[in-house]
Amino acid sequence: MPTETAPDPTGAGSSETGPRIVMENVRKQFGKNVVLDDLNFSVDRGERVTLIGPSGSGKTTILRLLMTLEELTGGYIYVDGEPLTHAKRGERRVKLRSGEVSRIRRRIGMVFQQFNLFPNMSVLENITEAPIHVLGRSKDQARADALDLLDQVGLKDRAQAHPTQLSGGQQQRVAIARALAMEPEILLLDEVTSALDPELVGDVLQVLRDVARNTDITMLIVTHEMQFAQDVSHRVLMFDQGHIIEEASPQVMFTAPQHERTQQFLQAVL
Amino acid sequence: MSDILQALSDYRPYLWEGLQVTLQLSLGGVAVAIVVSVVLGLAAISPLPVLPVVSRVIVEFFRGTSLVVQLFFLYYVLPPLGLDLGPVGAGIVGLGLNYGAYGSEVVRGSLNAVPKGQWETTLALSMSWPLKVRRVVWPQAWALMLPGLNNLTVMLVKGTAVALLLGLHDLTYWADEMRKDPDVGLWTAYGIVFLLYYLIALACSSGLRLLERRAQRRLGLRADVAVTDRATAEAVA
Ligand SMILES: Nc1ncnc2c1ncn2[C@@H]1O[C@H](COP(=O)(O)OP(=O)(O)O)[C@@H](O)[C@H]1O
Ligand SMILES: [Mg+2]
Repeated sequence: MPTETAPDPTGAGSSETGPRIVMENVRKQFGKNVVLDDLNFSVDRGERVTLIGPSGSGKTTILRLLMTLEELTGGYIYVDGEPLTHAKRGERRVKLRSGEVSRIRRRIGMVFQQFNLFPNMSVLENITEAPIHVLGRSKDQARADALDLLDQVGLKDRAQAHPTQLSGGQQQRVAIARALAMEPEILLLDEVTSALDPELVGDVLQVLRDVARNTDITMLIVTHEMQFAQDVSHRVLMFDQGHIIEEASPQVMFTAPQHERTQQFLQAVL
Repeated sequence: MSDILQALSDYRPYLWEGLQVTLQLSLGGVAVAIVVSVVLGLAAISPLPVLPVVSRVIVEFFRGTSLVVQLFFLYYVLPPLGLDLGPVGAGIVGLGLNYGAYGSEVVRGSLNAVPKGQWETTLALSMSWPLKVRRVVWPQAWALMLPGLNNLTVMLVKGTAVALLLGLHDLTYWADEMRKDPDVGLWTAYGIVFLLYYLIALACSSGLRLLERRAQRRLGLRADVAVTDRATAEAVA
């Protein structure tokens, strides 16, 4: 059951009210392997969209393109109406300068499957590092904010711990806090519980449920936790071989999928 | 045994001079080599377009040409051009550039060996290149590069013997002088100098091993060592 209704998707075009993310004719090739071809979809402000689909269908690639971890082969990605990596200049497609890219990238955060905490820093330093050195927060401010975030993820007492002293689930909660500390408008979650022992998954999902309930951060979620997807997302996109083959509200997608491939896929994972 | 003590006392001032020259070349060479390693290693992985190529060319030049020729170049070709480093200076710079070129490969390899996920996370946190390298990647790469740099340091210390070719009176020179002295045996002459080189190399390498352990402990590696240390302390107490 979604905890919020999807925002009104009108007013496309204006960057204040238009969609948060627009993928336009997106193409991604690795060498000769075409992973995404002519992909189009948009995500509204505050909307939470879950991407599902078999392994290799291109879900991770989409998130990595948004995070600018992969180079876009063709097409355009817009964030708040502004081009992320490539812009249309008349008929031409031009690559943006890295300064422009990083200005817009700052609105995007990502949590990875493997947590990737910095092993040369304490839990607290992992969270305060970027706010201090990227956002220019004072040390005291960053510390106070980080402790608040650690409280939200239930790890305030572990602030001084070393990442290796934490369980995988705790590490991932710190990684979520670290991403939130940058106050992203868009949060990308790529199978954030897939590397965890089953008994640790629940706490991490609970933290994300809280984030979904208490913030209006736009989220793109890749997950195999279908109950979680149903609880937090406004919309579900089913991918197969780089294409969206079905798009529906979670209720419809998980109870009455239309496409045969979706039915097979859901049968296999549920 | 008495031979050795006799030789040591006869040659003490000379050995002392030789030791000083060798130490100057070793410490100076290591200092230059470290700076060169770090600068060329960072340049090699920098996102700027020309720096990696420049770094590559410099590294290939120093690795691909003879150290002896490089030293002669520094010692004989530069002074008429107005840059006279003197024999010790030429030795330090030559050793530093040569071993620094090898060291830069160690530095580059270690920076690249930091897991991709770490680099990607710094991008997701919008860290600039200098920031991510300084605060995240370097501290992790540091632990990885120390064993390689340690090796090169030991090789550099032993390699200072080429200073002989610049007419410097280093340890090797005095070993050779002692050899020619009929009162000092061949074995004694070289034995003493072997030992002195060994001690210098051992001191350098122990220092670096200490840094290595500290770096690993900081990364939460070698928790086993920390635990063992504590267990030992408890057992002793
Ligand atoms: N770095 C890469 N190099 C080459 N091929 C890649 C790379 N990353 C992903 N791919 C390919 O792209 C396709 C989609 O992968 P991915 O986006 O990871 O799918 P998913 O996340 O849905 O499992 C796969 O065929 C995969 O082999
Ligand atoms: Mg994936």
